[in-house]
Amino acid sequence: MKPIRFAQAITQALDEEMARDEQVILLGEDIGKPGGSFGITKGLLDKYGESRVYDTPISEEAIVGAALGASMMGARPVVEIMFNDFAALAMDQIVNQAAKIHYMSGGRLSAPLVIRMLCGTNGSTAGQHSQSLEAWFTHVPGLKVVAPSTPADAKAFLKAAIRDPDPVMFFEQRMLYNTKGEVPDEVEPARLAEGKVVREGSDLTIAAYMKGVHQALEAAEILERDGISAEVWDVRSLVPFDRDGLRASLERTGRLMTVHEAVVRSGFGAEIAAIAAEEMFDLLKAPVRRVGAHPTPHPYAPQLESTMLPSVERIVETARELVGATEKVA
Amino acid sequence: MTTAVDGRLDQETLVGLFERMLLIRRFEERASEYRLAGHIPGFLHPCIGQEAAAVGTCAALGPDDVILSTHRGHGHMLARGADPGRMYAELYARVEGYNRSKGGSLHMIDTDLGFLGANGIVGGGIPIAGGAALQQKRRGQGGVAVSFFGDGAANQGAFHEVLNLCSLWKLPAIFVCENNLYGEFTAQSEQSPVADVADRAAAYAMPGVIADGNDVLDVREKVAQAVARARAGEGPTLVECKTYRHRGHYEGDMCAYRPEGELEQWLERDPLVTFPARLVSEFGVPEEEIEAVRAQVEQRLDEAAEFAAAGTFADPAETFEHVYVDSIEGKALR
Repeated sequence: MKPIRFAQAITQALDEEMARDEQVILLGEDIGKPGGSFGITKGLLDKYGESRVYDTPISEEAIVGAALGASMMGARPVVEIMFNDFAALAMDQIVNQAAKIHYMSGGRLSAPLVIRMLCGTNGSTAGQHSQSLEAWFTHVPGLKVVAPSTPADAKAFLKAAIRDPDPVMFFEQRMLYNTKGEVPDEVEPARLAEGKVVREGSDLTIAAYMKGVHQALEAAEILERDGISAEVWDVRSLVPFDRDGLRASLERTGRLMTVHEAVVRSGFGAEIAAIAAEEMFDLLKAPVRRVGAHPTPHPYAPQLESTMLPSVERIVETARELVGATEKVA
Repeated sequence: MTTAVDGRLDQETLVGLFERMLLIRRFEERASEYRLAGHIPGFLHPCIGQEAAAVGTCAALGPDDVILSTHRGHGHMLARGADPGRMYAELYARVEGYNRSKGGSLHMIDTDLGFLGANGIVGGGIPIAGGAALQQKRRGQGGVAVSFFGDGAANQGAFHEVLNLCSLWKLPAIFVCENNLYGEFTAQSEQSPVADVADRAAAYAMPGVIADGNDVLDVREKVAQAVARARAGEGPTLVECKTYRHRGHYEGDMCAYRPEGELEQWLERDPLVTFPARLVSEFGVPEEEIEAVRAQVEQRLDEAAEFAAAGTFADPAETFEHVYVDSIEGKALR
């Protein structure tokens, strides 16, 4: 076991799955000789050849359609969408076609493809290269949605996504690419339905994913100094969502806060809050709080962007309110 | 370029083409009646008038080839050899239908026939056909992928993206444009400054061929040439079939937008009138054989409709099946 970067973990998962199954093919813009905009696919064209790694024109709809058509005939395509913002150009193929083909065919066809999408800001990347659009896809039955926060999870969940028989939207937050974490030499595919407690606590549960997990962990350190014990629960898989995991955590803490970089309004935190309110109300000592970006487009200017985005400070402040509010109520 | 790649067709094959076109025509005329009688709950977009394009294309294909179709897809599926009973059952929303009543008219699929789906989105099947062609090439067994679409879809971005991609990669794809002069309720001339969709092939460095879409033999020949080119690894072809939709965009559309006399002119070129006449005069098929085919088709459709009407409705529990291949113990369904 040794620490590797998040980005390397993605490359390793692709490489190992391509070696395992010759039906695993890659499609995306600049993924061949250039090795992808962020170097994820570097070396894979040389290793596996042109019938496995398809460097495409800048045509998102055609790319996803190509993956879909090939998947319906036995391939296991993995598409790279350079920024999830560009998925807007491929939404018909994702939402109307891939998500529904198994259902509309009465089970006669399936679409075992993975769409890897980069998301989140990389600092002043502004309105069209910074969004976190994962919640869009959770609204579409037929899709699975995964959002890992560590290199080990990235590798295990990507392997699982590639082997999964359904279309999986796989989110990779740009700001995590250079973060390091220990990854076992042999990684088994994850189960695409399980969250994970990454820090135990007793006063509140912070349900977070991707970069939000790291921010929540930082916030938890600060809160501990105030005598507030925060549990951090990494959601990891949005669809399917681990209700049992959330319930187990709330049984320990009784308070819930959600954290993601996506804008709060209709973000996945709203779904988590609704699940807790509908199904776990008896466990809650206080109203659920949500932390995320304010609902504005991503500004270019750094000081504006930092106002828009969720921060460790906002998480800490919200946690204090959440715990304090409960004390007042009690 | 006008020589047929495989010579003259024998009489049996020619009569078979007529039988298939008639099956489509009568299948849809009856479907219209069944819908009015309350048996069919959803949309119907009939291809009446366009049968020669569907049958001519499918007559040029082999068993390993695959097809992506459109919202006007009954004809393509029947041309490929589908069972009209299971198709009616799907329209009647019975589990005996091709897709267990989950798809209906707009989403019928039969993988056994390589029929990878009608499509409710104009142009939505074109990118999937590109992917099917990619996998055909990877298989290396000479299979092709056919993408049917209309003149309206040729104005979608997907059309341009996919023709570019398939030509670049020399994929074995055949793009069959059924130009029926109308995209939904608006004439093609009001939607595009390009009268011949085939002209657009030049922009993607592939042949653009025009076929008489009401002549099943011309369509068959032009598509056969495109298939030969695709199988030889030379890449895709765009074949534009000039034809006409006798009915509206969907059943219930009264076609108020049509110029007077236009339909009547096209009815003179109705393939279900002209082709049987040719069979008799040009190919020496006895009149009685034509009549026998008509009777067989009616009988087959009688049985098909009876099969559908006798079918069963899905149990409500089936609503939750087939959302995922693996719902992970139902967790993805909540």
